[in-house]
Amino acid sequence: MTEPLLSVEDLSIAFPSEAGPVRVVDGISFSVGREVVALVGESGSGKSMTGRAIMGLLPRRAEVRAKRLAFDREELTTLSASGWNRLRGSGLGLILQDPKYSLNPAHKVGRQVEEALLLHTKLSAAERRERALDMLDKVGLPDPKRIYSSYPASLSGGMGQRVMIAAMLINRPKLLIADEPTSALDRGLQDQILTLLRSLTEELGMGLLLISHDLQQVSRYADRVMVMRHGKIEEQMASADLANAKSDYTRALWAARPSAATYGTRLPVYGDEA
Amino acid sequence: MSAIVQAPLGGPSFLRRVLRSPSATVGSAVVLFILALALLAPLIAPYDPNLQETANRLMPPSAAHWFGTDGFGRDILSRIIYGARPTLLLVLVVVLLMAPLGILVGILSGFFGGITERVLMRITDIVMSFPRLLLAFAFVAIMGPGLINGALALALTSWPAYARQARVETAALRRSDYLAAAEMVGIRGVRLLWGHILPLVLPSAIIRLALDLSGIILAAAGLGFLGLGVRPPTAEWGSMVSEGTQVIFDQWWVAAVPGFAILITSFAFNLLADGLRDILDPRHD
Amino acid sequence: MSALSVSDLFVTFQSSGKGFTAVRGVSFDVAPGETFGLIGPSGCGKTTALRAVAGLNTNWQGSIAVFDEALQPGHKITGVLRSNIQMVFQDPYSSLHPRHRISRILGEPLTLRGVRNVEDEVRVALDQVGLPAPAAGRYPHQLSGGQRQRVAIARALLLKPKLLLLDEPTSALDVSVQAEILNLLNDLKASHGMTFVLVSHDPGVVAHMCDRAVLMQAGRIESELDRAALSQGGWVEQLAVR
Repeated sequence: MTEPLLSVEDLSIAFPSEAGPVRVVDGISFSVGREVVALVGESGSGKSMTGRAIMGLLPRRAEVRAKRLAFDREELTTLSASGWNRLRGSGLGLILQDPKYSLNPAHKVGRQVEEALLLHTKLSAAERRERALDMLDKVGLPDPKRIYSSYPASLSGGMGQRVMIAAMLINRPKLLIADEPTSALDRGLQDQILTLLRSLTEELGMGLLLISHDLQQVSRYADRVMVMRHGKIEEQMASADLANAKSDYTRALWAARPSAATYGTRLPVYGDEA
Repeated sequence: MSAIVQAPLGGPSFLRRVLRSPSATVGSAVVLFILALALLAPLIAPYDPNLQETANRLMPPSAAHWFGTDGFGRDILSRIIYGARPTLLLVLVVVLLMAPLGILVGILSGFFGGITERVLMRITDIVMSFPRLLLAFAFVAIMGPGLINGALALALTSWPAYARQARVETAALRRSDYLAAAEMVGIRGVRLLWGHILPLVLPSAIIRLALDLSGIILAAAGLGFLGLGVRPPTAEWGSMVSEGTQVIFDQWWVAAVPGFAILITSFAFNLLADGLRDILDPRHD
Repeated sequence: MSALSVSDLFVTFQSSGKGFTAVRGVSFDVAPGETFGLIGPSGCGKTTALRAVAGLNTNWQGSIAVFDEALQPGHKITGVLRSNIQMVFQDPYSSLHPRHRISRILGEPLTLRGVRNVEDEVRVALDQVGLPAPAAGRYPHQLSGGQRQRVAIARALLLKPKLLLLDEPTSALDVSVQAEILNLLNDLKASHGMTFVLVSHDPGVVAHMCDRAVLMQAGRIESELDRAALSQGGWVEQLAVR
């Protein structure tokens, strides 16, 4: 496999609390290359925290420790604020769950899509606009010109998320982290957005880290899957091997999805859930 | 399921949350101090506030009189301490009249909508367009000076802002799922308004109140200054400033000290409001 | 006798002069004891129709009858009918009052009806949905999403309804928590002998839960699906927004 874009070794994240430090991520190691990797876990498993640590977006009181946390051979744990500003929006991109909260309602769409270009490149206004329109088209939006000059409020959930993807990919990042990118969308839309992410990843030769709670869904789009539980990585494998998962937890997570086949039966539930 | 039993009971206590916000801590400390002054006045004031010693008129601050004496030879420190009473009493009366009235009008308009809303909001607009202090003067001029009249005047002109805020919040809540859920189990009418809507509208009203209080204190001082508040010789900070302006160039302390008292009290309420905003924001939990 | 009989239902919203008809002449029947699905893409009117049946929106025309008792348009539902029709909402966070403890959320409807031993009844209600007694002293924000939804279900069951309406009851939950809640719902349906009407846009949930369903599109019913049709899955593409 090619040189990994992201190398994580023994990452731990803890938050101070009145009862002592709480470890939300407990010594995990993994790498992401130019491929789609899914990081799957339930609420509280630490998956979102991991994503944020990679982007340097954890609150200040979080204690992050790692033997190695490197992106493109650059060590992230010792990165300065200006270093982060350089990386975010150029090398690293992040897509969050709800475009309603990520897009600024007071600015037009076009301006927000171009923003990364404004901050990280020296392209002229006309060139930026052209790239933005091109990107909006690439993410499957009809009538990019109209969307370019409209406000986020006029966009539906699915369109908003496509705009977010366009905004994050416009500067050709090497690694995109998508944290539950489709949870706020209708089921039918979810597949469309995930397909889009997958194809763009391949087309642009990027890496994609897909964070989700739905194992069955993301495994269809990922090359590899990592299952997280209580801050640790339970199991990692190629998604094709999921049927042979060794861990009971992974099997239960897989089987938990309802379908026509489970009609009339009880869905399997792993022992110690709350 | 075990997660419930392990979680600590409740969040940090209210007191702890107050202490976490420096503004709230300082603000409430000062307010409590002034409250203590007002309540314990007879015990702490060194002199009778109305005792005139004309031989010692306009004395500068000294060991015998920490803040000096005024034009009638009365001890300014004692008058400041006793002066906290009418100030706080006025604040209390205004609060008890203004906030409940405003919140009630707001909740009713927001909840029932339609004609109720339109009528109540028009009334609110009309009252809101009156200049507060001017109306207070007119009121007092008609009803005569006095603390209660002054308080009434201020309260009756200040409730509209609360009504508008409560209306907007109630209207937004009306579409919420928890109200729908309450309706489904048969909770209606007063029970719904009092037990479900009011607790959600109250936090922002409280914050607005704390902010308003500083303005009310200033307005009350203004009334006192113009001789429309408490009747002399009762000690009241506003009227003390008024008396002091006559000798302000030579005996500056006579006006400055009560002016300072007004400033500090007003500022304390502002700080308290600032801190409360952080504490009462439900999203903080 | 049907558990729910809807005939020619029209629901129109008025906003700033313009009217928008969300439900245009919908008719369906739900047999007692079954789980009936109202499915379709976002904006098809399924939730609007459900809320009309729930009595949350009284501005409708047509006819709605629950166990042969008719609902009156323009009037709030009261009496026995009110107890018989209950609902579980989509977002467990926004359907529980943030400033009320669980004991009050579950106790108030009982107190209102003059029930004695409210504390005991609340404990029974919590037990029914698999929550321990200490949960009663908590506030909603101190519980997890799955726990909150259990409370919402417990509340819906307090009045012993015969018809339970479910508005996307698990869409805000993680997959594994969803599995527990769906199991719980099915258990309670069997033990209490209820009829379910389920609104969902999730094909997996629909295929797992529903005995029959109607597929809605733009306010109208496009097709009726029996169990065989639901198992086949040809209808799944129609859940995507056009």
